[in-house]
Amino acid sequence: MQINRWLRSAACAVSLVLASPLLWAQEIVVSAAASLTNAFQAVGKAWEQAQPGRKATFNFAASGALLAQMQQGAPVDVFASADQPTMDKAQASGLIAPDTRANFVKNELVLIVPAKAASAPKTLEDLTGDTYKRIAAGTPASVPVGRYTMNVVEQAKLAGPLQPKWIYGESVRQVLDYVARGEVDAGFVYRTDALVKKDDTQIAFAVPTTSPVTYPIAQLTASKQAAAAQSFIAFVRGPEGQKILEGFGFSQP
Amino acid sequence: MFTPLWLTLKVALLATLFAGAAGIALGWWMARRRFPGQSVLDSVLLLPMVLPPTVLGYYLIVLVGRNGLIGHWLERWFGITLLFTWQGAVLAAAVVSLPLIYKAARAAFEETDGRFAQAARTLGAGEWEVFLRISLPLALRGIGAGLALSFARAMGEFGATLMIAGNLPGRTQTLSVAVYAAVQAGDDRLALSLTLVISVVCVVLLVLASRLLQAKH
Repeated sequence: MQINRWLRSAACAVSLVLASPLLWAQEIVVSAAASLTNAFQAVGKAWEQAQPGRKATFNFAASGALLAQMQQGAPVDVFASADQPTMDKAQASGLIAPDTRANFVKNELVLIVPAKAASAPKTLEDLTGDTYKRIAAGTPASVPVGRYTMNVVEQAKLAGPLQPKWIYGESVRQVLDYVARGEVDAGFVYRTDALVKKDDTQIAFAVPTTSPVTYPIAQLTASKQAAAAQSFIAFVRGPEGQKILEGFGFSQP
Repeated sequence: MFTPLWLTLKVALLATLFAGAAGIALGWWMARRRFPGQSVLDSVLLLPMVLPPTVLGYYLIVLVGRNGLIGHWLERWFGITLLFTWQGAVLAAAVVSLPLIYKAARAAFEETDGRFAQAARTLGAGEWEVFLRISLPLALRGIGAGLALSFARAMGEFGATLMIAGNLPGRTQTLSVAVYAAVQAGDDRLALSLTLVISVVCVVLLVLASRLLQAKH
């Protein structure tokens, strides 16, 4: 019986010790576009160091996939999307607090080819040639980089000739992987992604987009950690966050 | 909505055919012979059933991708590429459904009475004839159930298929991949109808499989 009492108090003590961080730590869940993977992991670490007791957990995927998760009730505190339309849809669904929405970085669309490719295309028209049988792009319905790509292709009146060549990726990182492995002859990614795999890919040229590639960030209305969420957003937009993002190839919005 | 269905049926049928032929042959061979290392081979054949589909997908990419061990050779000598094609989807589906038909076939052959086969041999039948006219008919119910399960598994294959064949509408977008794409794009209505179609087909297949196994007794 003595042992039982001892065990009970030990169990109480242990659970109090384990629970205590939850009482004062503020943990936020950040859903961010796939292209922000490396950059936001670095920003997250810096923010946690600047704000002891606060922790950021990241969820990286194509912006459309992240939106679908939030619409189904995923408990997210901050959302960073790779294009405005996805954030517009989030706003229209009442998921985000509009007064917390702001653009925080700009990116660039580039055409890349495998590093081992004999030659690189010089213009979009070159892609209609026989050397380029498979071209990777994001799935336009859910991946922003795919939408930017299709808009550019339509504006250049190449939608028809390029139609049979598309290989769709579920995120910009999958497009990058296809090119890096040499499974496709060319692919459209952001400059920041091309930098992640500079040894396996080469940038053919930068592709001017029909609308600027600006990334918005916002706090979710259902967030239970409003203070921590806003602190994170402020950090991302502030000088320290911007410096880290620029190190990964992003530019000011 | 019907293109993914036709594609899925085509892929699953071909995958079950290939996996079935290999699984039945291997099941018969393993049931009849005893040799050292047999349990290791058995485990290797059952591996696709327990490995995560993404791990399988990765192994397949390494094997049949353009720069892969076999894929590089396939492309150079035959001009065949398996990634992003429905043939690649057949490969992925066949690999994951092989363990199911192999296990069922081996169990079915092991359960049949070896004396019938022996009697046939003493009467002069060759091995091929023994297999076709004695062993196979006796094991048919168990094999049939295994094939039904294999077909259901091939239809539902997602992870490895997505990695090898990609998500190309009309070309490699099978039903399970189409559901995934619909959810990603926020098209709940499409996702729901596709899900119902797959569910109905799978339930029918499972009922068929259990009937085949039960009717023996």
